[in-house]
Amino acid sequence: MSLPTRHFDALIIGAGGAGLNAALQLASAELRVAVVSKVFPTRSHTVAAQGGVNAALANVLPDSWHWHMFDTVKGSDYLGDQDAIEFMCREAIPTVYELEHAGVPFSRLDNGKIYQRAFGGQSQNFGGDQAARTCAAADRTGHAILHTLYQQNIRARTHFFDEFFAVDLVRDADGICCGALVLEIETGEPLLIEAKATLLATGGCGQVFRTTSNAHINTGDGAAMALRAGIPLMDMEFFQFHPTGIAGKGMLITEGVRGEGGYLVNKDGERFMERYAPRAKDLASRDVVSRAIVTEVKEGRGCGENGDYVMLKLDHLGEAVISKRLPGIRESSKIFAGADPVIEPIPVFPTAHYAMGGIPTDRFGRVAMPAGHGSEEVVVGLYAAGECACASVHGANRLGGNSLLDILVFGRLAGKDIIEFVRDNPYRRNADSASLDQVMSRLSRWDRKGDGMSVHQMRAELRKCMEDHAGVFRTEEIMAEGYEKLCELRDRLPEVRLTDHSKVFNTARIEALELDNMMDVGMSIAVSALHRQESRGAHSRPDYPERDDQAWLKHSLYYQEGDRMDYKPVRTKPLTVESFPPKERVY
Amino acid sequence: MNVPSHDEQEQLRRLRWQCRRGMLELDHLLSRFLELGYRDLSEADRLLFARLLGEQDQDLHNWLVSRSAIPPTPYLELAERIPAVAGEHSPGN
Repeated sequence: MSLPTRHFDALIIGAGGAGLNAALQLASAELRVAVVSKVFPTRSHTVAAQGGVNAALANVLPDSWHWHMFDTVKGSDYLGDQDAIEFMCREAIPTVYELEHAGVPFSRLDNGKIYQRAFGGQSQNFGGDQAARTCAAADRTGHAILHTLYQQNIRARTHFFDEFFAVDLVRDADGICCGALVLEIETGEPLLIEAKATLLATGGCGQVFRTTSNAHINTGDGAAMALRAGIPLMDMEFFQFHPTGIAGKGMLITEGVRGEGGYLVNKDGERFMERYAPRAKDLASRDVVSRAIVTEVKEGRGCGENGDYVMLKLDHLGEAVISKRLPGIRESSKIFAGADPVIEPIPVFPTAHYAMGGIPTDRFGRVAMPAGHGSEEVVVGLYAAGECACASVHGANRLGGNSLLDILVFGRLAGKDIIEFVRDNPYRRNADSASLDQVMSRLSRWDRKGDGMSVHQMRAELRKCMEDHAGVFRTEEIMAEGYEKLCELRDRLPEVRLTDHSKVFNTARIEALELDNMMDVGMSIAVSALHRQESRGAHSRPDYPERDDQAWLKHSLYYQEGDRMDYKPVRTKPLTVESFPPKERVY
Repeated sequence: MNVPSHDEQEQLRRLRWQCRRGMLELDHLLSRFLELGYRDLSEADRLLFARLLGEQDQDLHNWLVSRSAIPPTPYLELAERIPAVAGEHSPGN
């Protein structure tokens, strides 16, 4: 088969913070690097990360990377790998300084140092007083970082393939990953990009749930590519839900609304959180509030025609407070919920926000998988970083300010490791024809004509099924039923047909390929969740309400073949300090 | 209603992909506007909409969603029109 082919030292799939930080290391070291992105790079989802990035700079209050490490291990509900967490918390400091030098306009203190704000889950002295650890560039940190990295990459001559969609990884005759087949969206033509090393940095997969705060681009493309290449996904059952997304739409309504005195009511006008959390009420933890909302809906006390949401009431706060302390909320609610919160409540439902799990990697971004007898083996030439990866620094739950940190640290380190890898492996590898045939058949499958279910309909059914059966309310019965439904949907996927078979800018075809990815990744979440019989971090099961360290202090690994689960131990030994043994997590 | 020509369909698909953004709020507003309001725009305003899609996400968010910044003069009317047409009180909802 003769395909147009390009050759690079490194191929990076995804142009968010992780991909661009890796690319910058590579291009600065004079390597030939290609970045493939399905949208223009500065439209990556990193732009939506407004909060900031954690680093123990101690500019505002005393701090140390060791305290940051403690908070992250505790936040992970002890499922995070302590070597990777130590590494990330140490590396946070040079990573932030490097960004500062690259031109990220961090907010400043009067003395000129980087301003740091306090966030939930941050402590001084291993669980003591509140720390102030989050560096921010006003309320546009993600945007500032993404733009700076993009501009620096342009300067360093990174080669961008904008609006190209990565279809699948390709391998050489020895089975070693050597790049990917991509599709130019504008022309609809395939292009083979061969590279000595490939980094998956495709971001999250929130779109597998009906209600999500993730942008439309977050369809789990890289994670699904890994699955199809025989690589397992790790800890996929751990998905962070935010309790108050705009119902049916997903946009976040900040916790600050409840902090200012807003509260939730059901269709009878009852302030139901009083029943679920008599003391904390509406300020109970995210998972408690999320589950309470879903319980109200399930038990018939939801609002609206379909009874499928609850109301967040804040009109009693008055227009002045709402405008002054909750800017943006009023506008957002008016536009997306059709409700002015000054006079009427906002319809809300839990919204899928962040995937803690992903493609398993070591702390250098190298994809690593079990090799039998308890040992692990690096997948030669393949790397992953950012939300699609799981270096296991978030474990069962992620702390605020640690997601930007994760993508930047591990993007940077993956870039540095690839430099060494390419030096040691300078020879070009060529894609094997069997590997190419397999990828091309995935593409040509969507050329089939005739009657069949539409992509839109299948996508809607999948997302609804994920929300109902793998969302915040997870019992054996609900999840087992969900797995059966998902199997049925997966069986029907080959019957789905496109009606538009044109080549130029056929976005329907891209959405069909995204649907394949969402199906694969959705299944990994559902199966991993069904098997974990305990409650830990974001994975909460009413039928197994306790954390069970005896049986479940271990990572899940989901393999696509046969929907098989495997497990591997948590790395509880840090690099240089003492372990933090599991304790009850109390805040 | 006029059926869009082949070229117009291609342009619509192109714009549809440009409505894919880094923020869900913008995905929603821009793609709904393309669906509900674009065909009623004059030729000049269609060009302006295409130009608007070339702006940065953070700016678009400030102009269209949070209303925390005033857009440059040429966009003023369009920035009012997009949330009015694509928001939940719109007749198309």
